[in-house]
Amino acid sequence: MAIFFTAIPGSHQSERGDRLSLIKLEAIGKSFKVAKRPAGFREAVKAFFSREHTIVEALRDISFTVREGEIVGYIGPNGAGKSTTVKIMCGVLVPDAGSCSIMGYTPWKDRVRYVRHIGVVFGQRSQLWWDVPVIDSFELLRDIYAIPPDAYRKNLDRLAEWLDLADLLRTPVRQLSLGQRMRCEIAASLLHEPAILFLDEPTIGLDAESKRAVRQFIRMINRERGVTVILTTHDMHDIEALADRILMIGKGMLLYDGSLSDLRNRYGTRKTIAVEYKGGADAVPPIDAPGVQCLSRSPGRAVYAFDSDRIDITDLINRLSAVGELADVEIGSPPVDELILRLYKEHRV
Amino acid sequence: MNAPLALLKMRFLTGLQYRAAAAAGVLTQFFFGLVFIMVYVAFYRHAGPAQPMTLEEVAAYIWLQQIFFTFIMLWHSDYELFDLITGGGIAYELCRPWRLYTVWYVKLLAARLSACALRCLPIAAVVLFLPEPYGLSLPASPEAFLLFVAALLAGLLLVIAISMFVYLSVFWTMSPVGSILLIAVAGEFFAGMVIPVPLMPDWMRQIAHLLPFRWTVDFPFRVYTGHIGAQEAIAGIGGQLVWLAILVAAGRWLMGRALRRVVVQGG
Repeated sequence: MAIFFTAIPGSHQSERGDRLSLIKLEAIGKSFKVAKRPAGFREAVKAFFSREHTIVEALRDISFTVREGEIVGYIGPNGAGKSTTVKIMCGVLVPDAGSCSIMGYTPWKDRVRYVRHIGVVFGQRSQLWWDVPVIDSFELLRDIYAIPPDAYRKNLDRLAEWLDLADLLRTPVRQLSLGQRMRCEIAASLLHEPAILFLDEPTIGLDAESKRAVRQFIRMINRERGVTVILTTHDMHDIEALADRILMIGKGMLLYDGSLSDLRNRYGTRKTIAVEYKGGADAVPPIDAPGVQCLSRSPGRAVYAFDSDRIDITDLINRLSAVGELADVEIGSPPVDELILRLYKEHRV
Repeated sequence: MNAPLALLKMRFLTGLQYRAAAAAGVLTQFFFGLVFIMVYVAFYRHAGPAQPMTLEEVAAYIWLQQIFFTFIMLWHSDYELFDLITGGGIAYELCRPWRLYTVWYVKLLAARLSACALRCLPIAAVVLFLPEPYGLSLPASPEAFLLFVAALLAGLLLVIAISMFVYLSVFWTMSPVGSILLIAVAGEFFAGMVIPVPLMPDWMRQIAHLLPFRWTVDFPFRVYTGHIGAQEAIAGIGGQLVWLAILVAAGRWLMGRALRRVVVQGG
């Protein structure tokens, strides 16, 4: 095994076909059977003899490819099928339809050989042994993945340094805070130098500081070591900070595949501008221009929404400065959340 | 260290932490052992002279049951495995480069080994010195003892292979309660936990001989007392291994089926 994270462009790629697409999903479908019954005693008795099932289609015809070294944000509302897709890609679930090839493996068929090359963090579960110090879990993982001793030591040292784990390694997992534990979870998933890292809601429940640390680390591991990252999240700041590309899924269907800036350009032409005028107290008259709408106005301050397709920013500022002496101007893009909500709305998710 | 071995060690050491449970277990085992033997003492006093087992053999049989209780009880369960299935923790288990059957087998083995390590010596140390007819007699011969050790260990492997079906059933039922009850009642009865198999009526004994259960309790303990001779014991260990191969193969096949339809509970 190579010294550290050299699994990146690795030899398996050249042998195993297209160097560019590391992950290829085609027409993946998956449905679950869900038992249903109305509330009440009578219904419960009835269900004892015959149960009604409904088929829930968790995924319908999902296709995409991911290139080596990408960070892909996989987003969608609760129950959209994000985790199901990730679990299929990790070899945990078997889809009903479609094909999936990752590094030349079919995850659910070649599971044992395939999972050596991936690291996984399920944010809502723990892979660490609850009652023993973190280091014991790491050593067990070393044995499970048969990591050679010097590679293990080197990886551990680096990960401990980057994620600031030195003081945590000897603490039992149950005594760690959520943020500390998540850092350990991420380290645990990288000890064996995976080429792909799957993160299923890695920042769930973390405070701002821990989120920032996790994001910085993911960025770094991607840039420095070329690890391909697939990330699901509900936190749009994660997406903004990390993802070069987003895949959006809703009701089991892929709704959007593209960059965040494309999404911005498509839906984000509506911006806001907040102006402050010198001399406060005197009321400044509002401006009136095509594509501009006044959101709020108080003495000395006004906020407008405008459509950058319909009015030029310089023109707008000129108009604003014509009515009073400007003290401060702040132009805001709509937050990503809002873009996503608009996408959801458009697709009626 | 390879993965199953590392896991075995980790689980074994974890299991050794449950010292209070073991101490309570030791006392319970003494109590039940003594009560059972008293029942048989009364029974033998009023029974005819020709019984399939002597009272001394029965006493040894009962004490061995109590000493190796955690080796042979089918309901001795690892609730962590149930939680993995019903709570969705299985997702992580499947992300590791290992065969799940092997890993779970090793976990169950370690749990039983550690539980027994804490319990067997204190009980054995006392019951070997109890007065007749309440004590545990020494093995019939040194070779009977060696054969007993082999039969007991093969029996342990067999118990785990059988109990694995309880865990596998949870993939379908989502609750272990029914399977544990079923296997505990039927399996342990036919294993000879309640009445030694030689003391059963003929027809019942024939059923017991068709099933794998008696190889886990009845067989090793009767090898110890010499009730089963060396020749028969060697053949019997062969029989245990055949059953082991069949049950492990069936368990692995079923595990494959279960994993193909696995649902990670709780998203």
